[in-house]
Amino acid sequence: MSVLNDTVDWLSDSANWSGDDGIPHRLTQHLEYTALTVVIAAAIAIPIGLWVGHTGRLRGLAVVSTGALRALPTLGVLTYASLFSGIGIKPAIFTLVLLAIPPLLAGAYAGLESVNRQTIDAARAIGMTEWQVLSKVEVPLALPLIIGGIRSATLQVVATATVAAYVPGPGGLGRYLIDGLAVSDYARIVGGSVVVIVLALVLDGLFVILQRVALGSRPSRTPTTA
Amino acid sequence: MSWFNANTDKVWDLLLSHLWLSGLPILLGFVIAVPIGWFANRHRRLRGTILSLGGILYTIPSLAFFLVLPSIIGTGFLDPVNVVVALTVYAVAIMVRSAADAFESVSPAVLDAATATGFAPTGRAFLVELPLAGPVLLAGLRVVAVSTVSLVSVGALIGVSNLGSLFTEGYRTDNDAEILIGVIGIVGLALLFDLVLVIAGRLLMPWARTPRQGRSPVSPIMSFAQHLRGGRV
Repeated sequence: MSVLNDTVDWLSDSANWSGDDGIPHRLTQHLEYTALTVVIAAAIAIPIGLWVGHTGRLRGLAVVSTGALRALPTLGVLTYASLFSGIGIKPAIFTLVLLAIPPLLAGAYAGLESVNRQTIDAARAIGMTEWQVLSKVEVPLALPLIIGGIRSATLQVVATATVAAYVPGPGGLGRYLIDGLAVSDYARIVGGSVVVIVLALVLDGLFVILQRVALGSRPSRTPTTA
Repeated sequence: MSWFNANTDKVWDLLLSHLWLSGLPILLGFVIAVPIGWFANRHRRLRGTILSLGGILYTIPSLAFFLVLPSIIGTGFLDPVNVVVALTVYAVAIMVRSAADAFESVSPAVLDAATATGFAPTGRAFLVELPLAGPVLLAGLRVVAVSTVSLVSVGALIGVSNLGSLFTEGYRTDNDAEILIGVIGIVGLALLFDLVLVIAGRLLMPWARTPRQGRSPVSPIMSFAQHLRGGRV
């Protein structure tokens, strides 16, 4: 397969590993967008998710809105936002934040819901305030699922940031795919795709480790004795 | 609105392509994933490996997946088959987990009772296990359907015509109405698929109310997993 050989050549060409259009720079941009987006989205979604999970209020609304947000096609939101806010990084970040909210929200409220009701009652019975119940009991027990939400949001953003290169503003790894398609440079397209896939798999692996750590650091479950 | 009136035929054609490009992966994904999920549930040792493999496949970003597939399966770069294959892989990846959970939700006592009343293993799998796993399977399929309909639109970037083409064309021609029609069409199609699945569920499983979002046979952890697996671009 000639495309395969060309791709290997593209990936091993030192010209592609330096400068503004080089892999290190594009990779750094991609990670910067991802980090910025996830931080903004988490600042919005996690407090709301914790409130919904803790109080049980507006749960139905949270479920429905996360479902509705999920049905929104990213490319549509991106192009629509771009027509109104012009070229630049803003519409891309806006779209990415919107898309990162549902998994973060779901992770936070489902995490709190998964906490045993008796445990929470016990925490109240020994005189903990509501804030202490949340911060010392519910959040630590829900941590693996909350991190699961961050994991899912991050991977979604990595994928969507690639698509976001369709509008001219943002850099990132998606440039290789979109610009490569524009000039039918298949080596660049496949090479860029391989880098995107490796990035996603590596990040996912890191989150698996993080979730294991979170699971291990939880207060151990003592078997309930009758 | 005037744009829509002038381009009704075009939107209709794109809607039909979208229907094919999403319907086929949903159907194929279900048919392929259910036996794998059944197998994963029966063989506890392999269950973790199979589900992790699904998770890894689902991690691959879609645009990159569309563009790497030609080198693997020998299709052309702009071939719609790439979209169908990639979305089928995603559908299988999500659905296998749902299917394994669905078969796990069937009570072992019921299976023993079925064997005791003379069901052969094959008959038991099809006539007892499958219907009882139905509600959880349906819940998983609904997630797959919504996510697939939304994902097809990314195919427009590699020149595969569907409602997502209204996004790329609307962007190029500075036509926000066209983009909005595309969004409405895709969300509408997703709701339509969901409605069809719910009705099919009621007809096929009259004994079981479809799992409601509140208290369902689905555990909180699993419904969370489905929330997470729902959206991917």
